[in-house]
Amino acid sequence: MNETPHSPGEARPRAAREAQPKGAADPGKGRVDHAEAAKRFIAAPEHLKFHDERLWDIRMKRDRQMHAIPEWEELRRLASAIKDHTLSHLDTYLEQFEAAAKANGVHVHWAKDGAEHNAIVLGLLRDHGAKTLIKSKSMLTEECGMRQALVEAGIEITETDLGERIQQLDAEAPSHIVMPAVHKLRRDVSDVFARTLGTEQGNDDIHYLAESQRMTTRPLILEADAGMTGGNFIIAETGAVVVCTNEGNADLSANTPKLHIVSVGIEKLLPRTSDLGVFIRLLSRSALGSPITQYTSHFRSPRAGAEMHIVLVDNGRSTRLGMPEFWTSLKCIRCGACMNTCPVYRRSGGLSYGFTYAGPIGLVIDPTFDKHKFSSLPFASTLNGSCTNVCPVKINLHEQIYAWRAVMAENHELPFAKKTAMAAAGALLASPRLFRAAIATADQALLSLPRFAQYNALNAWGKGRENPRGAGQTFHAWWAKNRAGKAKAAAPGKQPS
Amino acid sequence: MARDMNWWDLTGNTMRVGLFVPCYIDAFFPRVGIATLELLERFDLDVDYPFDQTCCGQPMANSGCQAEAAATERLFVANFRDYDYVVCPSGSCVHHVRSKFDAIEQTPDVTAVRSKTFELVEFLHDILKVEAFPWASFPHKVGLHNGCGSLRGLHHARPSELNEPFFSKPLDLLQKVDGIEFVTPTRPDECCGFGGTFSVFEEAVSVKMGQDKVADHTKAGADYIVSADTSCLMHQQGCAERDGSKMKFIHIAEVLNGARQ
Repeated sequence: MNETPHSPGEARPRAAREAQPKGAADPGKGRVDHAEAAKRFIAAPEHLKFHDERLWDIRMKRDRQMHAIPEWEELRRLASAIKDHTLSHLDTYLEQFEAAAKANGVHVHWAKDGAEHNAIVLGLLRDHGAKTLIKSKSMLTEECGMRQALVEAGIEITETDLGERIQQLDAEAPSHIVMPAVHKLRRDVSDVFARTLGTEQGNDDIHYLAESQRMTTRPLILEADAGMTGGNFIIAETGAVVVCTNEGNADLSANTPKLHIVSVGIEKLLPRTSDLGVFIRLLSRSALGSPITQYTSHFRSPRAGAEMHIVLVDNGRSTRLGMPEFWTSLKCIRCGACMNTCPVYRRSGGLSYGFTYAGPIGLVIDPTFDKHKFSSLPFASTLNGSCTNVCPVKINLHEQIYAWRAVMAENHELPFAKKTAMAAAGALLASPRLFRAAIATADQALLSLPRFAQYNALNAWGKGRENPRGAGQTFHAWWAKNRAGKAKAAAPGKQPS
Repeated sequence: MARDMNWWDLTGNTMRVGLFVPCYIDAFFPRVGIATLELLERFDLDVDYPFDQTCCGQPMANSGCQAEAAATERLFVANFRDYDYVVCPSGSCVHHVRSKFDAIEQTPDVTAVRSKTFELVEFLHDILKVEAFPWASFPHKVGLHNGCGSLRGLHHARPSELNEPFFSKPLDLLQKVDGIEFVTPTRPDECCGFGGTFSVFEEAVSVKMGQDKVADHTKAGADYIVSADTSCLMHQQGCAERDGSKMKFIHIAEVLNGARQ
């Protein structure tokens, strides 16, 4: 086809379609600039509107599910307590899990970081002469950069989760931990499939696209040498791995090839099978506003004639466990509810955070991977606290975001302009005399107070907003005039004792 | 008006209230400070305005700059330690004092000031237990905006994320105002995007959130957005005016003090 934009058959030139906004630029050795990427996301109104409304709708569905369960808040308390307990005895439960899994005939591997994880997986594939790998969605393998590492080693990988497959075909990271392609419109998917799978250009019928993906992926699944899944929960007393999906793709990945590799973070432990009910009831309701995932699969031992390997990954988790202000972030069950409710996430898209974990949970855990690179992320929040309230395991997300800001300041990770503005504001606001002089007139106040309103020449406040108008006199002046008789001895300018 | 017996009733002393007028209200919205003062004066209280007050330290602390916030926090305690209560018409400032005021050593003076500092709505609802505002009439359609510091920080109301019984202190108070009519936006609890320094460091997201908030209230039919948080109103008003919106903004203190428009 040699279609030109102005082909005679068209009544008018095809309107320039809004391109899908790309994520945060690779900062190299610098900081991820969330604000810059967010600005580009907002400059794409169709994508912005869809993204915001789609995720808000899921938040509403979550609320409806919550109201159908009278003991919801009790479930959250229980889930939080079980996770607190497990994380406080993680060493014991991990050893119990390893022993139980081995007794089930499963091979257990320990990986201290992402590189070691990728090497273990590659070693297993080579041992089995495996060249092709099918896998279900796993944020852990994203976190470890596994796909790139294995592809460079000559392994052909096929993602079997639809959203993750879309992102793989588009060579783009997932933007949401539950809905990896939620930032794409269906016409974006149509474009990706046309380019990579050879589907009809411009056909964005959902059924057509899903079926095309299915027909092209299914043979790869049936012929794959090895399969990989993540794990939503692992059970210490039984050595079982529990995987929750809506597409059944984890079951295909685990059950089709003769080699099943499970990659799972060490924080996914639960002590007993009986603890699981609390979490299964919370997970999908929190994530998607549905009562349960279509599939909740328990993998306990290898199939006859097959092998099952579990790679338990640390990758910074045990260090985080030792951080007094941030260790409870390990309770996270990766439901994504904090992302769905976050007004900033919904308006900036997951790719603007520059790492696997976006939204409130990303603001909290990304800096544990690289404090400098992710030093601006804790500021990509209004500290509104909605995330904390939807979290099914009661992580105090907004308080941890706040705590990270102080850590960044102490570690000299604030941009110079911000640090300078805050030092100036601190000096001004600590001195009644300087403060009074600074806000004597409203015009003057606009220049110095709130200092943050115009912290540099760019006038970030005024770009999209009008300034507050002056009121003629300050409250302070009004009081002096109207209630002066009551004023205490303290005169303007007097320093505190 | 009714309130529980308390020590100042027994001693015959009048309750001494220190009025805290945050920096941006002092400079840009003195009418909110005046309405708060006049409203409190209606309740037979000894209301005083310590003359050397400036700010609570929140702008610096919210940016992580604890060291830079310390002197301002110390000044706040020095100004307010001699009162029975400290009352302020700004939820986020009170939330800072009560929950995050830890750039300085926690002396008895500091902890005492923290525990006796109240946001105006809480003070009227929980301490004074005001039952009527016979002077107030506000015959307009209003949308209530709960600032996040008030809603989730001070627990002004049950936030929509929780499966707990509904309550709303600002609504309880506003319902006592003659002629007032409420409209409800589709996302009543969504943050409006001010967020202190967030408003400039994440300017694009902040403005978009403000625009969306005003649009939601407009669609619900509100003539006024009423809030206990002036900073949210300042931001929303800035967005609305830039967009040519007709929405009007008023602080809850002004409505409760009898403002007509």
